[in-house]
Amino acid sequence: MSAPFGRRLCEVATHQASGGYRIFSLIDREGSAPEPGQFYMLASEKGWGEGGGRPYLPRAISVAETAPSKDGVRLDFLVEGVGPGTDRLCELQAGESVWVTGPLGNAFSTPKQVKPDAAGAILVGGGIGIAPMAIWRRRLVEQGIPLRVLLGFRNQEHSGGLNELFCAAGTLCPDVRLASEDGHAGHQGFVTDLLVTMLAGDDATSAVVYSCGPPAMLEAVRALCADRGVACELAMESPMACGFGACFGCAVPKPEGGYMRLCVDGPVVRGDAVAEVAHA
Amino acid sequence: MPDFCGIALEHPVLNASGTYDAIAARKVFGDELLEDFPFSAFVSKTITPEPRAGNEPQRIWETPAGMINSIGLPNKGLERFLAEDLPQLAEMPVPLIVSVMATNRELFSRLVREVGERDEIAAIELNVSCPNVHSGLIVGENPDETQALLEALRPLTEKPLIVKLTPNVANPEAVAVAAEEGGADAVSLINTLKASALDPVTKQPALAAGHGGLSGPAVRPIALQQLRAVRAAVEMPLIGMGGISSGTDATEFLEAGATLVAVGTESFRDPRAGSRIAKELQTGVSDDPPRVGALDL
Repeated sequence: MSAPFGRRLCEVATHQASGGYRIFSLIDREGSAPEPGQFYMLASEKGWGEGGGRPYLPRAISVAETAPSKDGVRLDFLVEGVGPGTDRLCELQAGESVWVTGPLGNAFSTPKQVKPDAAGAILVGGGIGIAPMAIWRRRLVEQGIPLRVLLGFRNQEHSGGLNELFCAAGTLCPDVRLASEDGHAGHQGFVTDLLVTMLAGDDATSAVVYSCGPPAMLEAVRALCADRGVACELAMESPMACGFGACFGCAVPKPEGGYMRLCVDGPVVRGDAVAEVAHA
Repeated sequence: MPDFCGIALEHPVLNASGTYDAIAARKVFGDELLEDFPFSAFVSKTITPEPRAGNEPQRIWETPAGMINSIGLPNKGLERFLAEDLPQLAEMPVPLIVSVMATNRELFSRLVREVGERDEIAAIELNVSCPNVHSGLIVGENPDETQALLEALRPLTEKPLIVKLTPNVANPEAVAVAAEEGGADAVSLINTLKASALDPVTKQPALAAGHGGLSGPAVRPIALQQLRAVRAAVEMPLIGMGGISSGTDATEFLEAGATLVAVGTESFRDPRAGSRIAKELQTGVSDDPPRVGALDL
Protein backbone atom coordinates (compact mmCIF):
# COMPACT_ATOMS: atom_id res chain seq x y z
CA MET A 1 0.00 0.00 0.00
CA SER A 2 1.59 3.26 -1.05
CA ALA A 3 1.52 6.43 1.03
CA PRO A 4 -0.77 9.30 -0.04
CA PHE A 5 1.28 11.53 -2.33
CA GLY A 6 2.57 14.54 -0.42
CA ARG A 7 2.18 15.86 3.09
CA ARG A 8 -1.04 16.53 4.95
CA LEU A 9 -2.02 18.19 8.20
CA CYS A 10 -3.06 15.88 11.02
CA GLU A 11 -4.43 17.01 14.36
CA VAL A 12 -2.74 16.19 17.65
CA ALA A 13 -5.35 14.26 19.66
CA THR A 14 -3.37 13.67 22.85
CA HIS A 15 0.09 14.59 24.09
CA GLN A 16 1.49 13.52 27.44
CA ALA A 17 4.69 13.08 29.42
CA SER A 18 6.00 9.58 29.92
CA GLY A 19 9.19 8.68 31.79
CA GLY A 20 11.25 11.55 30.44
CA TYR A 21 9.80 11.22 26.93
CA ARG A 22 6.56 12.45 25.39
CA ILE A 23 3.97 10.23 23.74
CA PHE A 24 1.44 11.76 21.39
CA SER A 25 -1.33 10.72 19.02
CA LEU A 26 -2.22 12.15 15.63
CA ILE A 27 -5.41 11.50 13.71
CA ASP A 28 -4.67 10.73 10.06
CA ARG A 29 -7.79 11.02 7.88
CA GLU A 30 -6.08 10.07 4.62
CA GLY A 31 -3.36 7.47 5.00
CA SER A 32 -3.70 3.73 5.36
CA ALA A 33 -2.74 2.10 8.66
CA PRO A 34 1.04 1.73 8.98
CA GLU A 35 2.83 -1.60 9.20
CA PRO A 36 5.14 -2.25 12.18
CA GLY A 37 8.56 -0.72 11.51
CA GLN A 38 7.33 2.02 9.19
CA PHE A 39 7.86 5.72 9.91
CA TYR A 40 6.48 9.16 9.12
CA MET A 41 8.11 12.51 8.37
CA LEU A 42 6.70 15.00 10.90
CA ALA A 43 6.87 18.79 11.22
CA SER A 44 4.60 21.00 13.27
CA GLU A 45 2.46 23.38 11.20
CA LYS A 46 3.38 26.31 13.46
CA GLY A 47 6.71 27.08 15.05
CA TRP A 48 8.80 25.02 12.66
CA GLY A 49 11.74 27.10 11.46
CA GLU A 50 10.47 30.34 12.91
CA GLY A 51 12.86 32.42 14.96
CA GLY A 52 16.31 30.89 14.63
CA GLY A 53 15.56 29.12 11.36
CA ARG A 54 15.60 25.65 12.85
CA PRO A 55 14.06 23.11 12.82
CA TYR A 56 13.84 23.35 9.05
CA LEU A 57 13.54 19.78 7.78
CA PRO A 58 10.80 17.37 8.89
CA ARG A 59 11.85 14.62 11.31
CA ALA A 60 11.62 10.88 10.64
CA ILE A 61 9.75 9.25 13.53
CA SER A 62 8.89 5.56 13.77
CA VAL A 63 5.30 4.74 14.59
CA ALA A 64 4.82 3.18 18.06
CA GLU A 65 1.19 2.11 17.85
CA THR A 66 -1.86 2.57 15.68
CA ALA A 67 -5.57 1.95 15.95
CA PRO A 68 -8.64 2.82 13.93
CA SER A 69 -10.62 5.76 15.29
CA LYS A 70 -13.90 7.31 14.22
CA ASP A 71 -12.09 10.14 12.40
CA GLY A 72 -9.30 8.16 10.80
CA VAL A 73 -6.20 6.22 11.70
CA ARG A 74 -4.75 7.04 15.12
CA LEU A 75 -0.95 7.21 15.01
CA ASP A 76 1.08 7.14 18.24
CA PHE A 77 4.64 8.43 18.41
CA LEU A 78 7.20 8.35 21.22
CA VAL A 79 9.64 11.27 21.18
CA GLU A 80 12.58 12.48 23.21
CA GLY A 81 13.72 16.08 22.89
CA VAL A 82 17.30 15.86 21.66
CA GLY A 83 17.41 18.82 19.27
CA PRO A 84 15.25 21.61 17.82
CA GLY A 85 12.95 19.29 15.84
CA THR A 86 12.23 16.75 18.57
CA ASP A 87 12.04 19.59 21.14
CA ARG A 88 9.24 21.15 19.08
CA LEU A 89 7.45 17.80 18.72
CA CYS A 90 7.70 17.46 22.51
CA GLU A 91 6.02 20.86 22.94
CA LEU A 92 2.99 20.05 20.77
CA GLN A 93 -0.40 20.64 22.34
CA ALA A 94 -3.63 18.79 21.68
CA GLY A 95 -5.50 20.57 18.89
CA GLU A 96 -2.34 21.70 17.03
CA SER A 97 -1.64 20.42 13.54
CA VAL A 98 1.35 18.49 12.25
CA TRP A 99 2.50 18.03 8.64
CA VAL A 100 2.64 14.31 8.00
CA THR A 101 4.12 12.34 5.10
CA GLY A 102 3.80 8.56 5.20
CA PRO A 103 3.60 5.77 6.09
CA LEU A 104 7.10 5.41 4.69
CA GLY A 105 9.71 2.70 4.45
CA ASN A 106 9.43 -1.06 4.78
CA ALA A 107 8.11 -3.12 7.69
CA PHE A 108 9.30 -6.02 9.81
CA SER A 109 9.00 -9.47 8.24
CA THR A 110 7.35 -12.28 10.17
CA PRO A 111 9.73 -14.87 11.62
CA LYS A 112 8.75 -17.40 8.94
CA GLN A 113 9.35 -14.85 6.19
CA VAL A 114 12.85 -14.36 7.54
CA LYS A 115 13.51 -18.07 8.10
CA PRO A 116 10.97 -20.77 7.11
CA ASP A 117 11.68 -22.95 10.17
CA ALA A 118 11.63 -20.06 12.67
CA ALA A 119 9.74 -20.89 15.86
CA GLY A 120 9.30 -17.45 17.39
CA ALA A 121 10.54 -13.93 17.89
CA ILE A 122 12.81 -12.11 20.31
CA LEU A 123 12.28 -8.34 20.37
CA VAL A 124 15.10 -6.17 21.72
CA GLY A 125 14.39 -2.48 22.27
CA GLY A 126 16.48 0.24 23.86
CA GLY A 127 15.47 3.72 25.02
CA ILE A 128 13.40 5.60 22.49
CA GLY A 129 13.84 2.54 20.22
CA ILE A 130 11.20 0.63 22.15
CA ALA A 131 8.60 2.46 20.02
CA PRO A 132 8.48 0.20 16.92
CA MET A 133 8.84 -2.86 19.17
CA ALA A 134 5.44 -2.02 20.69
CA ILE A 135 3.43 -2.12 17.48
CA TRP A 136 5.38 -5.18 16.29
CA ARG A 137 4.82 -6.99 19.58
CA ARG A 138 1.06 -6.46 19.36
CA ARG A 139 0.97 -7.70 15.76
CA LEU A 140 2.96 -10.85 16.65
CA VAL A 141 0.70 -11.54 19.65
CA GLU A 142 -2.38 -11.21 17.40
CA GLN A 143 -0.85 -13.70 14.98
CA GLY A 144 -0.18 -16.17 17.83
CA ILE A 145 3.57 -16.14 17.26
CA PRO A 146 5.57 -17.02 20.42
CA LEU A 147 7.72 -14.12 21.54
CA ARG A 148 9.88 -12.61 24.24
CA VAL A 149 10.46 -8.87 24.59
CA LEU A 150 13.65 -7.46 26.10
CA LEU A 151 13.70 -3.73 26.83
CA GLY A 152 16.61 -1.68 28.12
CA PHE A 153 16.88 1.81 29.57
CA ARG A 154 19.71 4.03 30.70
CA ASN A 155 17.77 5.29 33.73
CA GLN A 156 14.29 6.33 34.79
CA GLU A 157 14.54 9.59 32.85
CA HIS A 158 15.01 7.56 29.67
CA SER A 159 12.29 4.99 30.18
CA GLY A 160 9.27 6.63 28.57
CA GLY A 161 6.54 4.70 26.84
CA LEU A 162 6.79 1.62 29.02
CA ASN A 163 3.45 2.11 30.77
CA GLU A 164 1.58 3.17 27.65
CA LEU A 165 3.03 0.63 25.24
CA PHE A 166 4.01 -2.50 27.19
CA CYS A 167 1.62 -2.66 30.12
CA ALA A 168 -1.92 -3.97 30.39
CA ALA A 169 -4.10 -2.78 33.30
CA GLY A 170 -1.04 -1.19 34.91
CA THR A 171 0.99 -4.40 34.88
CA LEU A 172 3.95 -5.15 32.64
CA CYS A 173 2.99 -7.65 29.94
CA PRO A 174 4.22 -11.12 30.99
CA ASP A 175 6.42 -11.61 27.93
CA VAL A 176 8.47 -8.47 28.69
CA ARG A 177 11.83 -8.45 30.56
CA LEU A 178 13.58 -5.24 31.57
CA ALA A 179 17.15 -4.11 31.98
CA SER A 180 18.39 -0.73 33.20
CA GLU A 181 21.89 0.60 33.43
CA ASP A 182 21.17 2.26 36.80
CA GLY A 183 19.29 -0.76 38.12
CA HIS A 184 16.03 1.08 38.71
CA ALA A 185 14.08 -1.65 36.93
CA GLY A 186 14.84 -5.27 36.08
CA HIS A 187 18.35 -6.52 35.43
CA GLN A 188 21.07 -3.98 36.19
CA GLY A 189 23.10 -3.73 33.03
CA PHE A 190 22.53 -3.80 29.30
CA VAL A 191 19.54 -5.30 27.53
CA THR A 192 22.05 -7.24 25.45
CA ASP A 193 23.03 -9.13 28.64
CA LEU A 194 19.48 -10.51 28.63
CA LEU A 195 19.81 -11.37 24.95
CA VAL A 196 23.07 -13.28 25.56
CA THR A 197 21.36 -15.35 28.24
CA MET A 198 18.32 -15.97 26.09
CA LEU A 199 20.35 -17.00 23.04
CA ALA A 200 22.21 -19.53 25.21
CA GLY A 201 18.93 -21.45 25.64
CA ASP A 202 18.28 -24.63 23.65
CA ASP A 203 15.63 -23.40 21.27
CA ALA A 204 16.61 -19.74 21.10
CA THR A 205 18.61 -20.04 17.89
CA SER A 206 15.42 -20.97 16.07
CA ALA A 207 14.01 -17.53 16.89
CA VAL A 208 14.34 -14.41 14.81
CA VAL A 209 15.61 -11.33 16.63
CA TYR A 210 14.08 -7.90 15.96
CA SER A 211 15.74 -4.82 17.36
CA CYS A 212 15.59 -1.05 17.56
CA GLY A 213 17.65 1.20 19.77
CA PRO A 214 20.79 3.31 19.96
CA PRO A 215 23.48 2.47 17.38
CA ALA A 216 25.86 0.88 19.91
CA MET A 217 23.07 -1.44 21.09
CA LEU A 218 22.04 -2.31 17.53
CA GLU A 219 25.63 -3.15 16.65
CA ALA A 220 25.89 -5.38 19.76
CA VAL A 221 22.67 -7.16 18.75
CA ARG A 222 23.82 -7.55 15.15
CA ALA A 223 27.20 -8.98 16.22
CA LEU A 224 25.67 -11.34 18.83
CA CYS A 225 23.23 -12.70 16.26
CA ALA A 226 25.90 -13.00 13.57
CA ASP A 227 28.20 -14.93 15.93
CA ARG A 228 25.44 -17.38 16.82
CA GLY A 229 23.92 -17.75 13.36
CA VAL A 230 20.64 -16.18 14.50
CA ALA A 231 18.67 -14.23 11.90
CA CYS A 232 17.84 -10.67 12.85
CA GLU A 233 16.11 -7.55 11.56
CA LEU A 234 17.22 -4.13 12.73
CA ALA A 235 15.10 -0.97 12.58
CA MET A 236 17.77 1.65 11.95
CA GLU A 237 18.06 5.42 11.97
CA SER A 238 20.05 7.72 9.70
CA PRO A 239 20.01 11.46 8.99
CA MET A 240 17.13 11.94 6.58
CA ALA A 241 15.83 15.11 4.91
CA CYS A 242 12.94 13.73 2.86
CA GLY A 243 11.94 10.12 3.69
CA PHE A 244 11.04 9.20 0.10
CA GLY A 245 14.34 8.61 -1.67
CA ALA A 246 14.97 12.14 -2.91
CA CYS A 247 17.80 13.52 -0.79
CA PHE A 248 20.23 10.55 -0.66
CA GLY A 249 21.25 11.68 2.83
CA CYS A 250 20.41 8.51 4.75
CA ALA A 251 23.18 6.36 3.27
CA VAL A 252 24.01 3.19 5.22
CA PRO A 253 27.02 1.10 4.14
CA LYS A 254 26.32 -2.35 2.68
CA PRO A 255 28.67 -5.26 3.48
CA GLU A 256 29.52 -5.76 -0.21
CA GLY A 257 30.40 -2.06 -0.60
CA GLY A 258 28.31 0.89 -1.62
CA TYR A 259 25.33 2.27 0.25
CA MET A 260 21.62 1.78 0.66
CA ARG A 261 19.12 4.59 1.21
CA LEU A 262 17.60 3.78 4.57
CA CYS A 263 14.30 5.54 3.79
CA VAL A 264 13.41 3.37 0.81
CA ASP A 265 15.60 0.26 1.40
CA GLY A 266 14.84 0.31 5.17
CA PRO A 267 14.39 1.40 7.88
CA VAL A 268 14.10 -2.33 8.67
CA VAL A 269 17.23 -4.08 7.45
CA ARG A 270 18.40 -7.69 7.77
CA GLY A 271 21.39 -7.96 10.08
CA ASP A 272 23.46 -9.55 7.33
CA ALA A 273 22.52 -6.78 4.87
CA VAL A 274 24.42 -4.05 6.70
CA ALA A 275 28.05 -3.62 7.47
CA GLU A 276 28.86 -2.90 11.11
CA VAL A 277 26.35 -0.42 12.57
CA ALA A 278 28.31 2.82 12.93
CA HIS A 279 28.34 4.19 16.47
CA ALA A 280 30.38 6.69 18.45
CA MET B 1 2.42 27.81 -21.32
CA PRO B 2 6.19 28.47 -21.24
CA ASP B 3 8.39 27.54 -24.17
CA PHE B 4 11.89 26.57 -23.17
CA CYS B 5 14.36 26.08 -26.06
CA GLY B 6 11.51 24.77 -28.20
CA ILE B 7 10.11 22.48 -25.47
CA ALA B 8 6.51 23.31 -24.52
CA LEU B 9 5.98 23.08 -20.77
CA GLU B 10 2.75 23.11 -18.76
CA HIS B 11 4.12 25.54 -16.16
CA PRO B 12 7.48 27.12 -15.25
CA VAL B 13 8.44 24.90 -12.28
CA LEU B 14 11.08 22.16 -12.64
CA ASN B 15 13.02 20.19 -10.04
CA ALA B 16 16.66 20.96 -9.35
CA SER B 17 18.92 18.10 -10.39
CA GLY B 18 19.63 15.65 -7.60
CA THR B 19 16.71 16.64 -5.41
CA TYR B 20 14.00 14.26 -6.60
CA ASP B 21 14.18 10.57 -7.53
CA ALA B 22 11.02 10.05 -9.56
CA ILE B 23 11.55 6.28 -9.66
CA ALA B 24 11.82 6.01 -5.86
CA ALA B 25 8.94 8.48 -5.38
CA ARG B 26 6.71 6.36 -7.62
CA LYS B 27 7.46 3.30 -5.48
CA VAL B 28 6.66 5.24 -2.29
CA PHE B 29 3.58 7.18 -3.46
CA GLY B 30 2.31 4.98 -6.29
CA ASP B 31 0.77 6.22 -9.51
CA GLU B 32 -0.67 9.24 -7.70
CA LEU B 33 2.75 10.74 -8.48
CA LEU B 34 2.02 10.53 -12.21
CA GLU B 35 -1.49 11.94 -11.88
CA ASP B 36 -0.23 15.16 -10.27
CA PHE B 37 3.42 15.20 -11.28
CA PRO B 38 4.97 18.14 -9.41
CA PHE B 39 7.23 19.43 -12.18
CA SER B 40 6.66 20.49 -15.80
CA ALA B 41 9.91 18.77 -16.81
CA PHE B 42 11.94 16.28 -14.83
CA VAL B 43 15.67 16.79 -14.35
CA SER B 44 17.55 13.59 -13.54
CA LYS B 45 20.21 13.20 -10.91
CA THR B 46 23.64 13.72 -12.42
CA ILE B 47 24.86 10.74 -14.45
CA THR B 48 28.59 10.00 -14.72
CA PRO B 49 30.33 7.65 -17.18
CA GLU B 50 31.01 5.01 -14.52
CA PRO B 51 28.93 4.06 -11.45
CA ARG B 52 29.57 6.04 -8.26
CA ALA B 53 28.72 4.89 -4.72
CA GLY B 54 28.65 8.44 -3.36
CA ASN B 55 30.28 9.82 -0.25
CA GLU B 56 30.43 8.07 3.08
CA PRO B 57 27.95 9.31 5.69
CA GLN B 58 27.43 11.76 7.36
CA ARG B 59 26.05 13.32 4.17
CA ILE B 60 23.56 15.96 5.33
CA TRP B 61 23.33 18.54 8.11
CA GLU B 62 20.45 20.85 8.93
CA THR B 63 21.35 24.56 9.18
CA PRO B 64 19.24 27.67 9.83
CA ALA B 65 16.64 27.75 7.03
CA GLY B 66 18.55 25.19 5.03
CA MET B 67 20.87 22.24 4.91
CA ILE B 68 24.37 21.30 3.81
CA ASN B 69 24.84 18.18 1.71
CA SER B 70 27.80 16.23 0.48
CA ILE B 71 26.09 13.36 -1.30
CA GLY B 72 28.85 12.74 -3.83
CA LEU B 73 26.77 12.08 -6.98
CA PRO B 74 25.85 8.43 -6.38
CA ASN B 75 24.53 6.99 -9.66
CA LYS B 76 24.49 3.81 -11.71
CA GLY B 77 26.76 5.07 -14.45
CA LEU B 78 25.75 5.84 -18.02
CA GLU B 79 25.24 2.28 -19.24
CA ARG B 80 22.91 1.15 -16.46
CA PHE B 81 21.12 4.52 -16.41
CA LEU B 82 20.20 4.15 -20.06
CA ALA B 83 19.25 0.48 -19.70
CA GLU B 84 17.42 0.51 -16.34
CA ASP B 85 16.36 4.02 -15.37
CA LEU B 86 15.62 5.73 -18.67
CA PRO B 87 12.65 3.47 -19.55
CA GLN B 88 11.10 4.22 -16.14
CA LEU B 89 11.77 7.95 -16.37
CA ALA B 90 10.24 7.96 -19.84
CA GLU B 91 6.95 6.89 -18.20
CA MET B 92 6.78 10.19 -16.33
CA PRO B 93 4.21 12.52 -17.91
CA VAL B 94 6.67 15.37 -18.63
CA PRO B 95 9.77 16.02 -20.78
CA LEU B 96 13.00 14.61 -19.42
CA ILE B 97 16.23 16.56 -18.95
CA VAL B 98 19.30 14.47 -18.13
CA SER B 99 22.12 15.93 -16.07
CA VAL B 100 25.61 14.66 -16.89
CA MET B 101 29.08 15.17 -15.46
CA ALA B 102 32.52 13.83 -16.38
CA THR B 103 36.06 14.50 -15.33
CA ASN B 104 37.43 15.27 -18.80
CA ARG B 105 36.28 16.43 -22.23
CA GLU B 106 36.45 12.99 -23.87
CA LEU B 107 34.22 11.42 -21.23
CA PHE B 108 31.87 14.40 -21.31
CA SER B 109 31.64 13.94 -25.10
CA ARG B 110 30.73 10.30 -24.69
CA LEU B 111 27.94 11.22 -22.26
CA VAL B 112 26.51 13.91 -24.51
CA ARG B 113 26.69 11.70 -27.62
CA GLU B 114 24.99 8.71 -26.02
CA VAL B 115 22.38 10.71 -24.09
CA GLY B 116 21.78 12.91 -27.14
CA GLU B 117 20.86 9.89 -29.27
CA ARG B 118 17.88 8.99 -27.10
CA ASP B 119 14.49 10.24 -28.20
CA GLU B 120 13.14 9.99 -24.63
CA ILE B 121 15.45 12.82 -23.59
CA ALA B 122 14.47 16.42 -24.39
CA ALA B 123 17.55 18.28 -23.19
CA ILE B 124 20.90 17.81 -21.48
CA GLU B 125 22.15 19.68 -18.43
CA LEU B 126 25.92 19.88 -17.99
CA ASN B 127 26.96 19.71 -14.37
CA VAL B 128 30.13 21.79 -14.28
CA SER B 129 29.45 23.18 -10.84
CA CYS B 130 28.96 20.43 -8.29
CA PRO B 131 31.00 21.62 -5.31
CA ASN B 132 31.54 18.08 -4.09
CA VAL B 133 33.59 16.87 -7.02
CA HIS B 134 36.91 18.50 -7.67
CA SER B 135 36.88 18.30 -11.44
CA GLY B 136 33.40 19.80 -11.75
CA LEU B 137 34.47 22.78 -9.72
CA ILE B 138 37.40 23.57 -11.99
CA VAL B 139 35.47 23.78 -15.29
CA GLY B 140 32.59 25.79 -13.89
CA GLU B 141 34.85 28.25 -12.11
CA ASN B 142 36.77 29.13 -15.23
CA PRO B 143 35.27 30.92 -18.27
CA ASP B 144 37.89 29.57 -20.70
CA GLU B 145 37.43 25.97 -19.51
CA THR B 146 33.67 26.35 -19.77
CA GLN B 147 33.78 27.80 -23.28
CA ALA B 148 36.20 25.10 -24.45
CA LEU B 149 33.98 22.37 -23.05
CA LEU B 150 30.90 23.78 -24.76
CA GLU B 151 32.75 24.13 -28.06
CA ALA B 152 33.70 20.45 -27.81
CA LEU B 153 30.18 19.29 -26.93
CA ARG B 154 28.05 21.60 -29.08
CA PRO B 155 28.63 19.74 -32.38
CA LEU B 156 27.70 16.39 -30.80
CA THR B 157 23.96 16.93 -30.33
CA GLU B 158 21.11 19.09 -31.52
CA LYS B 159 19.42 18.82 -28.16
CA PRO B 160 19.40 21.90 -25.94
CA LEU B 161 22.50 22.10 -23.73
CA ILE B 162 21.95 23.72 -20.33
CA VAL B 163 24.98 24.72 -18.25
CA LYS B 164 24.49 24.57 -14.48
CA LEU B 165 26.46 27.42 -12.97
CA THR B 166 28.30 27.31 -9.69
CA PRO B 167 27.76 30.23 -7.32
CA ASN B 168 31.22 29.74 -5.83
CA VAL B 169 32.91 32.30 -8.08
CA ALA B 170 33.32 36.05 -7.97
CA ASN B 171 31.68 36.63 -11.38
CA PRO B 172 29.17 33.98 -12.43
CA GLU B 173 28.19 36.22 -15.35
CA ALA B 174 31.66 35.75 -16.91
CA VAL B 175 31.15 31.98 -16.91
CA ALA B 176 27.62 32.41 -18.30
CA VAL B 177 28.91 34.58 -21.14
CA ALA B 178 31.59 31.97 -21.91
CA ALA B 179 28.94 29.23 -21.94
CA GLU B 180 26.79 31.25 -24.33
CA GLU B 181 29.72 31.94 -26.64
CA GLY B 182 30.58 28.24 -26.56
CA GLY B 183 27.11 27.37 -27.81
CA ALA B 184 25.03 26.71 -24.69
CA ASP B 185 21.27 27.09 -25.11
CA ALA B 186 20.53 28.03 -21.50
CA VAL B 187 22.04 28.23 -18.05
CA SER B 188 20.60 27.13 -14.73
CA LEU B 189 21.66 28.72 -11.47
CA ILE B 190 22.54 28.46 -8.70
CA ASN B 191 24.08 25.20 -7.59
CA THR B 192 24.78 24.90 -3.85
CA LEU B 193 27.15 27.21 -2.01
CA LYS B 194 30.29 25.76 -0.51
CA ALA B 195 29.68 25.46 3.22
CA SER B 196 30.59 23.56 6.35
CA ALA B 197 29.32 22.95 9.86
CA LEU B 198 30.85 21.62 13.06
CA ASP B 199 29.30 18.81 15.04
CA PRO B 200 28.58 20.53 18.37
CA VAL B 201 29.52 17.41 20.34
CA THR B 202 32.74 16.33 18.61
CA LYS B 203 33.78 19.81 17.38
CA GLN B 204 34.77 18.06 14.17
CA PRO B 205 33.33 18.79 10.70
CA ALA B 206 29.76 17.54 10.72
CA LEU B 207 30.01 16.03 7.24
CA ALA B 208 32.34 13.13 6.53
CA ALA B 209 33.61 14.93 3.43
CA GLY B 210 34.53 17.92 5.61
CA HIS B 211 32.35 20.34 3.65
CA GLY B 212 29.38 20.33 1.34
CA GLY B 213 26.89 22.58 -0.43
CA LEU B 214 24.34 24.82 1.27
CA SER B 215 20.76 24.95 -0.02
CA GLY B 216 17.35 26.06 1.18
CA PRO B 217 15.84 29.51 1.88
CA ALA B 218 19.15 30.62 3.44
CA VAL B 219 20.70 30.94 -0.06
CA ARG B 220 17.75 32.57 -1.85
CA PRO B 221 18.90 36.24 -1.76
CA ILE B 222 22.32 35.19 -3.08
CA ALA B 223 20.72 33.18 -5.87
CA LEU B 224 18.48 36.08 -6.81
CA GLN B 225 21.41 38.48 -7.08
CA GLN B 226 23.43 36.04 -9.20
CA LEU B 227 20.43 35.53 -11.46
CA ARG B 228 20.09 39.29 -11.94
CA ALA B 229 23.80 39.61 -12.75
CA VAL B 230 23.68 36.77 -15.28
CA ARG B 231 20.43 38.08 -16.78
CA ALA B 232 22.14 41.37 -17.53
CA ALA B 233 25.05 39.58 -19.24
CA VAL B 234 23.47 36.97 -21.57
CA GLU B 235 20.52 36.62 -23.94
CA MET B 236 19.71 32.93 -23.49
CA PRO B 237 16.96 31.51 -21.24
CA LEU B 238 17.74 31.09 -17.54
CA ILE B 239 16.48 28.54 -15.06
CA GLY B 240 16.54 30.19 -11.64
CA MET B 241 16.80 28.25 -8.40
CA GLY B 242 18.05 28.56 -4.85
CA GLY B 243 15.75 28.20 -1.85
CA ILE B 244 12.46 28.71 -3.70
CA SER B 245 9.70 27.55 -1.35
CA SER B 246 6.57 29.40 -2.47
CA GLY B 247 4.92 31.11 -5.39
CA THR B 248 6.07 34.43 -3.96
CA ASP B 249 9.68 33.26 -4.07
CA ALA B 250 9.29 31.93 -7.60
CA THR B 251 7.80 35.24 -8.72
CA GLU B 252 10.93 37.07 -7.57
CA PHE B 253 13.09 34.87 -9.80
CA LEU B 254 10.74 35.16 -12.77
CA GLU B 255 10.59 38.93 -12.43
CA ALA B 256 14.39 39.03 -12.26
CA GLY B 257 14.46 37.41 -15.68
CA ALA B 258 14.27 33.66 -15.18
CA THR B 259 12.36 31.79 -17.90
CA LEU B 260 11.79 28.85 -15.56
CA VAL B 261 12.40 28.16 -11.90
CA ALA B 262 13.44 24.99 -10.13
CA VAL B 263 12.61 23.67 -6.68
CA GLY B 264 15.08 21.56 -4.73
CA THR B 265 15.27 21.44 -0.97
CA GLU B 266 11.62 22.44 -0.48
CA SER B 267 10.60 19.12 -2.06
CA PHE B 268 12.26 17.33 0.86
CA ARG B 269 9.80 19.09 3.20
CA ASP B 270 6.83 18.87 0.87
CA PRO B 271 6.94 16.16 -1.81
CA ARG B 272 4.34 18.10 -3.86
CA ALA B 273 6.07 21.48 -3.48
CA GLY B 274 6.53 21.77 -7.26
CA SER B 275 2.85 21.63 -8.11
CA ARG B 276 1.96 23.74 -5.08
CA ILE B 277 4.33 26.49 -6.23
CA ALA B 278 3.09 26.24 -9.84
CA LYS B 279 -0.46 26.66 -8.56
CA GLU B 280 0.54 29.57 -6.35
CA LEU B 281 2.15 31.23 -9.38
CA GLN B 282 -1.02 30.75 -11.38
CA THR B 283 -3.39 32.06 -8.73
CA GLY B 284 -1.01 34.64 -7.25
CA VAL B 285 -1.81 33.32 -3.79
CA SER B 286 0.94 31.87 -1.63
CA ASP B 287 0.70 30.39 1.82
CA ASP B 288 3.27 32.93 3.00
CA PRO B 289 2.32 35.54 5.54
CA PRO B 290 0.99 38.70 3.82
CA ARG B 291 3.66 41.16 2.73
CA VAL B 292 3.39 44.49 4.47
CA GLY B 293 5.09 47.51 2.96
CA ALA B 294 8.51 47.94 1.41
CA LEU B 295 10.39 46.50 4.37
CA ASP B 296 8.29 43.32 4.40
CA LEU B 297 7.63 43.82 8.07
